[in-house]
Amino acid sequence: MNVTDRLINPVLEKEFRLRMRSVKSIVAILSYLVAMALLAFGFLYVTMNDYGMQAFNPERSQMLFYFITGSQMVLICFMTPGLTAGVISGEREKQTLNILLTTRQSSASIILSKLAASLSFMVLIVIATLPLYSMVFLFGGVSPSELISVFLFFLFVMVMLGAVGVFFSTMFKKTMVAVILTYGFTVVIYGFTGLFAIFLSAILPRGNMLAGYVLGTNPMGALLSLLNEDFSREVFGRASSLQIWHIFVPFYTLVTVLAILLSIRYLRPILRKPAGNGKQ
Amino acid sequence: MIEIKDLTKRYGSFTAVDSLTMDIAKGTVFGFVGPNGAGKSTTMSILATLLAPTSGSAKVGGFEVTEHPGDVRRLIGYMPDFFGVYDNFKTTEYLDFYGASYGLSRAERKKIIPQLLELVNLSDKAEFYVDSLSRGMKQRLCLARCLVHEPELLILDEPASGMDPRARIEMREILKELKLMGKTIIISSHILPELAEMVDEIGVIEQGRLIAKGRVSDIQQGMRANRVLHIRLLEREDEALAMLAEEPYVSMSYLDEQGIHLHFGGTDADQAALLGRLIGHGYRVVSYSEAQTNLEDVFMEITKGAKLS
Ligand SMILES: Nc1ncnc2c1ncn2[C@@H]1O[C@H](COP(=O)(O)OP(=O)(O)OP(=O)(O)O)[C@@H](O)[C@H]1O
Ligand SMILES: [Mg+2]
Repeated sequence: MNVTDRLINPVLEKEFRLRMRSVKSIVAILSYLVAMALLAFGFLYVTMNDYGMQAFNPERSQMLFYFITGSQMVLICFMTPGLTAGVISGEREKQTLNILLTTRQSSASIILSKLAASLSFMVLIVIATLPLYSMVFLFGGVSPSELISVFLFFLFVMVMLGAVGVFFSTMFKKTMVAVILTYGFTVVIYGFTGLFAIFLSAILPRGNMLAGYVLGTNPMGALLSLLNEDFSREVFGRASSLQIWHIFVPFYTLVTVLAILLSIRYLRPILRKPAGNGKQ
Repeated sequence: MIEIKDLTKRYGSFTAVDSLTMDIAKGTVFGFVGPNGAGKSTTMSILATLLAPTSGSAKVGGFEVTEHPGDVRRLIGYMPDFFGVYDNFKTTEYLDFYGASYGLSRAERKKIIPQLLELVNLSDKAEFYVDSLSRGMKQRLCLARCLVHEPELLILDEPASGMDPRARIEMREILKELKLMGKTIIISSHILPELAEMVDEIGVIEQGRLIAKGRVSDIQQGMRANRVLHIRLLEREDEALAMLAEEPYVSMSYLDEQGIHLHFGGTDADQAALLGRLIGHGYRVVSYSEAQTNLEDVFMEITKGAKLS
């Protein structure tokens, strides 16, 4: 075996090849870019009408950055489950999974390759939106380090949603069920946790940090805290240096690791030692 | 090569495989016959490490399937009864992917893939997309796929289902070649006569139990010993019947609208001599033929004595 053989996992290579060949992928990339571009230019159009070209200052440019980033975050939550919730159940439905499972590929390498392949596709899509951000840099107001941290955050959320999608795909026979559950999970963490945090902050006395912790499970909340340090202070109080994303990252790292480990465990049937057989 | 002992698989309270015990020697082509739902695919899935047995043991090449699934996977090539292909792959890419999945190096794959395509007669389809192949071609491709890592044991679950007669004959030729290469093959079907033509040994499974197991050569001898002759004469058939009933090797004889039926236990030479005597007595013979015997009946007859399980 030479070096490339060892580095490029066959399942990963296969996923790349098949994905890049399907028309669906191209349509996905195109529609994502069109959606992002429409949103960005829509924002520009509206603000320019209101204030005119001169008024487009760094502050407004920062607004545009927040707007693009927020939209991207929402689009990611729409795309990632669709891309990952079918990776195992899809093979099961196409009746290719059995054959794959009789090869010498380990469960871990199958699961991780599939996750990596769908995520690389998402990364490709997100990187394809970089030119949109050039508009922001044109007008200033945003530092490259902010942009980098936002992209890292995107990557983190994609890995997490992807792992959950792969988990449901492994545990449920039907892709349809896996897709619905993954979107259900997404709706819960994007919407439900946010609403719950608002509700808690309304009924709990000032200074109680529970609402902040709940918001810490919300990607939008974590993103806001990443973009604006003052946001966390509003939730956790002036004195606290705790940031919402400080809760988000460890919590979902745990979720991601668990989802991946369980997928690896349950991909193949658990071949227990039959009862009555002594140790050989 | 395969040692199955008291293998049982239950789905809830339903027993799909019921304390199955059998051995298959290295180099044997074993046919697994049984009606729908008999438990053939279940047994084969367990051997292919895809299904956990409820109890009992199954060993492939000395490795217990539940304990050393990795070693078993290295030894076997498995073709499921229903399988899909990755449509966006070309034929060679398809084989290349599985070769790589078995850890073959690029050079090894480059070498073996053309040989495999040659073996299954798909060389001219090497650069075609897999979804453009016909069903029979996909089946042959899947068979080639099973062979990519040169396994010692092939587990083929109804590999000829949905194939036209010509494709079946081709499949039989391929299996013959594989047998010559020294592979052990276990192959399932619910058609005994078809299977009997390509295997050495047959096991009959019904409702999860192995009810008979025997060598095909024994069956063929049994068939010879139990053949039924069908004779038609121009006239005087009842007279001839009386004469034939006295002949040696004739165990039973009767006459109906179709002519005379004889259960005949002699050799081919005895059968020819009998025809000579008929003609010698002046009977005008219109037809003298062996009736098709029912393979299933003979098989069950032969294997009835051997107590299994
Ligand atoms: N996942 C399952 N859950 C419950 N019952 C099952 C399951 N898989 C198979 N069975 C049952 O086990 C029995 C054996 O099935 P199996 O597929 O092994 O039969 P078979 O001999 O291969 O039949 P065929 O000739 O139709 O392929 C059947 O009665 C089937 O209904
Ligand atoms: Mg079957």
